This record gives sequence, structure tokens and C-alpha cells, in this order.
Amino acid sequence: MSERRIRVLVAKPGLDGHDRGAKTVASVLRDHGMEVVYTGLHKTPAMIAEIALQEDVDVVGLSILSGAHMELFPRVRQELVERGLDHVLMVGGGIIPGDDMQVLEADGFAKLFGPGTNTDSIAEYIQTEISKRWAAEEAQA
Amino acid sequence: MTETKPISIPEGRQAWEAALEAGKLRDSDFTSLSGSTLEVVYGPEDAPGDPVEDLGWPGQFPFTRGVHPSMYRGRLWTMRQFAGFGTARETNERFKFLLDHGQTGLSVAFDFPTLMGRDGDDEMCRGEVGQVGVAISSIADMEQLFDGIPMNEVSTSMTINGPAPILLAFYIACAERRGLDPAVLQGTVQNDILKEYQAQHAWLVPPEPALRMITDVMEYCTEHVPKWNTISISGYHIREAGSTAAQELAFTLANGLEYVRRGIERGMDVDSFAPRLSFFFDSHLDFFEEIAKFRAARRIWARKMREEFGAKDPRSWMLRFHTQTAGVSLTAQQPENNIVRTAYEALAAVLGGTQSLHTNSMDETLSLPTEKAVKIALRTQQIIAEETEVVHVADPLGGSYYVEALTDKMESEAEAYFNEIKRRGGVVPAIDSGYFQKEIHDSALSYQRAVENGSKKVVGVNCYSEGEESLEIELHRIRPEVEAESLKGLASLRADRDATRATAALDEIRAACNSSANLLQAFITAAHADCTLGEISQVLRDEFGDYIEPKIL
Repeated sequence: MSERRIRVLVAKPGLDGHDRGAKTVASVLRDHGMEVVYTGLHKTPAMIAEIALQEDVDVVGLSILSGAHMELFPRVRQELVERGLDHVLMVGGGIIPGDDMQVLEADGFAKLFGPGTNTDSIAEYIQTEISKRWAAEEAQA
Repeated sequence: MTETKPISIPEGRQAWEAALEAGKLRDSDFTSLSGSTLEVVYGPEDAPGDPVEDLGWPGQFPFTRGVHPSMYRGRLWTMRQFAGFGTARETNERFKFLLDHGQTGLSVAFDFPTLMGRDGDDEMCRGEVGQVGVAISSIADMEQLFDGIPMNEVSTSMTINGPAPILLAFYIACAERRGLDPAVLQGTVQNDILKEYQAQHAWLVPPEPALRMITDVMEYCTEHVPKWNTISISGYHIREAGSTAAQELAFTLANGLEYVRRGIERGMDVDSFAPRLSFFFDSHLDFFEEIAKFRAARRIWARKMREEFGAKDPRSWMLRFHTQTAGVSLTAQQPENNIVRTAYEALAAVLGGTQSLHTNSMDETLSLPTEKAVKIALRTQQIIAEETEVVHVADPLGGSYYVEALTDKMESEAEAYFNEIKRRGGVVPAIDSGYFQKEIHDSALSYQRAVENGSKKVVGVNCYSEGEESLEIELHRIRPEVEAESLKGLASLRADRDATRATAALDEIRAACNSSANLLQAFITAAHADCTLGEISQVLRDEFGDYIEPKIL
């Protein structure tokens, strides 16, 4: 049996053009053996959810540095739920004040990463969380 | 007493090398911030440049030592803090605050909807209105932004690119409504679309029509707004997106040379527009590498303009530039340390001979800056200007073996990139193939790896960290009502204007897109007719198409 690889969608919602972080994280996750799809810039929440559905991803990672996270992050989550993708692990990063991180983490986001985060720790977090979920799925099956 | 015999330079060097060999070095990375190998010490053989051909004196070709004979004894740099958030009224208040505290020029930060040529009521803009800058959708917003500010006295810089010609039209039309002749206006519009495709990513239409609009701006302003800097050719965003210092230098100058080519192709005399081109660089933490970059930039530009384009006016040879300290060097951890980082970066910009400077605030990795943080950032510049005494001497590091060697190296690395870009068919084909984007991404990634493996240190992040410290600084929050207020303003503008006149102005733009008419002229007419940014941009998208970025990963 070939090893199951984690599929990740790295997405840039909204008008924000800052993609240094998103592209860096995408490359690092690939180095950790994950299959990574990067959406490119300027995507609406619906477009992101559509791509997540088509690509059958395990993880959606959002990046925003435009201050619009409190509007756009929950809308992406809602679009995913509407497509039956509530099981997808949702993470995000960018310029996000701590208070906002707490609100989002209480509302469907597994974890948010701020500036200065070690990128390997993002990969390790995703591997740990997805392994737990897959183990639970197997136990159920 | 024994007489000591003087030793020759090679003998001294030999003795030094032997001593070096015998000693121990720390286990550390000794490369520059950009990853270049550095020697332990530099000597005359490392800086063989000609004192006349390669350096000259301040105010003399090739301007390596600065563009003015007296440098800061004649005039200090302009202290220009970039600001903008929320509504035009709020930003107007911040501008007045900065002017009251001794700032000498204004610099407008626009929000993402404005940067992307969209009105606040566009579906794509929900949650983004007024967030990272001020929302300006019409001449009415521009009038509010400059309310009580003398447009004929203050110099204004506008950081906008894709829709730059439209925002400039709002500014010109606003001055005209006040009865001012646009010829008195002073300032800069960034209007540098090439680096948008390469790094910053706020575009409106594909490169060719965008370049046509930029050339229209150069042509119109040469005649009607002669004191306006028509393009601020920007390395800042290239660097912030992850490039090395040499890439920032090379890509920026390559873009500048492309604009010059376009102007000449339009039939303009190079000396009629080149003096109004200005530059904008990053000042990062590697003090000497940055100073060398600024010096090399002036020398390369002077040579290219005189030798390649045959410019005769010395003002066409002079590279004048604005600097901003490196946003990417700031850390969210122990944010007060950012004041120190910014001070070193600002000092490098001053020793490198900048004409204007923005110093970042300590809290910008967390949110837009608070008034307190902005004031400390401005005071940092004032301390350099008033207390350090560094401003009295032009090019104080000129003649340093190290700085001259780095300056020469920067120039040769830039030349290598110019050749590579040429080999790829020029700037626009290299954008289309994703060349710049890939180069920048690769450099960003290798820096990130260096930080994570500890070879590059960041205080508070991978060394001297204090764990999960709680942040105890005040954050600047955008009022939640901003979006609704902006939408209300747009609705009343559309209701109150002469609809026939607005439609006619948009039709005129459509026609101008398909002829050789000057589009800036058409935008000014549309601004007077109260057409909005989104409406004008939509005509351009309809006529010229959308831009699709090449995939690089």
C-alpha cells in the first residue's frame, strides 16, 4: 500500500497581494512530502471552497496580510461547510492580532500562525493533526 | 632604542594572514544579509576604482557620492511618513497631526480596493474598505483627504500603481476645483506597474496597456504638471517580497530603463521626462550592503542614462530616491526592538544619500501603527538629523575599502542581471515567463531556511526569545463603521451627479483606449464629471482585459 499523502490547499482570499508567506509555506509543506495546491492571488471565498472541493484536500491554509481576516476567514469556512467540507483542517496566518486569533480559533479554525512562526512547526502541526484524524477514521472503519 | 623598519603592504598582508590562520574564529555565518561572502578585512586591492571615473565629487557624474554638492548641508531629506486608513476624513486628521509634528511631506497609503481599482461597494471588497489604507473612490473623497491642506505648498506622494493615472487625475482635478494651476503641484505618484507584476501584485490590466497609460502620464505631466515626479521606480516591494539587495537594485533599474525606452519610443526627448523619474528603495539591516546599494544605484543610472540613452541634462543622470526602512525586518516578538532596527536602517539610508525617508513604526507586524508609534518613528529621523552630526559630511563612507568594494560588486551583479533579462527578451517577456517572480521566491525561501537553521539570527525569534510573551502594546483598530460610511458616500455621489455627463466621460475613456488620445486627459475629464474609480477601471478592464499571473509553483 502506497503511503497516503496529505493534500493541502494554500489560498489567498481577497485583494491582498502579499504572497511571500503563502508561497514560502507552500514550498516548505511540499518539502515535508505533502501535495500542495496554491490558488494564486485575489480569490473569493467561494472560489477557494470550489478548488478545495475539486482537489479533495485535507487541509486549507489561508494567508491574509490585509486586515480583512475577520470578514474573509469566516466566509471561507462557511463556503466550505456549505459544500460538506467541515472535516477539512483549517489553518491560517498573516498579520492577525491575538484577540482575533482567539475568536477565529473558537470558530472553526484549528490554528492560526503569526509572524515569526517557524515554518517546519507548521508542517509538524499539520502532520500531527491529520494523523490523529486518519487514525480516528481507521478506528471507525 | 631599536629602529623599527617599515614593512611593505604585501609583507604586512602576509603577516596578517599568518596571524589570522593562527587565531580562532567564532562558529558563525559570516555572509551578508543577502548571503554574499565577505572578507575579514578589505584593502586597497579590493577597491581599485578610479577616483574620478567611478566616484567623482558629490553633485558630479557619476553621482556615486550623492546628487547634491552640499548634500544635507543644503537641505535635509524630506521626512515623509506613509499614512492612510479608514475614511478620507480620518486620514486627513492624521496628515494634519504629522504636519503639526514637523513632517515635511505627505504620503498617501490607499486601501486594497483603491489599489485594485475597485469602489468600496464592489462585492470583491467586503471587509477590505479602509483597512490598510484610505478608501478613495472619487474626486469627492480626494477633496476630503486634502481638506485644509494647501495643495500648492505641500508635496504629496501617492503609493498607487495599477490605477495610478486615475488617482493622479482625481488629485489634479481636485486642485483645479480649488482654482489652482496644476503646474504648481509637487509630488510623486508611484505609477510603477512593472514591479507590481514582479512582486507587489496590485495590477489593473496587462503590462502593455499599463505601460501605455504610464507613458501617457509622462507625456501629460511634462507639459502640464512639470514639477510632478511621474514614476517612483520601486525596489521596496521587490525586496520585501524576498529578493536580495543585488536583485532589488538590478530589477528596479531594469524597470526604470524600460520606462525610459517607452518614453523615447513615444517620440519624447529623453531629457524632457527623465528628470521627473524618481526611485524608491528599501533600507534593510545589513548596514554596509545597503549603503553600497544606494551608491551603486546612482552610478549605474548615471552611466546608463548618459551612455546608453544619450541624455545631456545632468538632471536626467541623477538618481534621486525615497527610502523606507524594511518592514520585513520587524518582529512581532518583543516589538520595542523594532525601534532599534529601524534606527539602524534609517541611518544607512541617510549615509547612502537618500532624498526622503519613511521610518516604520514598531507595531507594524501587528496592525497599522498607533499615533505614539508613528511619532517615535518620526523622532528617530529627527534624532539622526539633529543629534548625530552625521549630516554635515557628504558620502561619509566614500573611500572605505569595504564600501567601495561592495559598491563595485553591486554594480557588477546588477550588470549580470541586466544581461540575463536581455537574454530573456526584456522586462515584459521575463515577467510573462515568471522569471522575476521565481528569482524573488527562491531568495525568500533560502533566507527563511537560513533563519530556521539558525545561520541567520533574528533577536527575539530564533535567539534571545522569551517564549510566548504576551503583547503589551496598544493596537490601532479600524472602526467597523468605515465600510458603511464609504458606501453611503458613494451612493450619494452617484445620486447627486449629472448622470449624462458621467456617462459621456466614460464613453470618452472607452474611445481613448482605442485611439492614441492621452488617457490621463480623459481621466481628468471623468474626475470632474464625478465618475468613480471603479467605473473608470471597469472601462479599462473591458477594453484591455484582465491580467492573469503566470504560475511559478
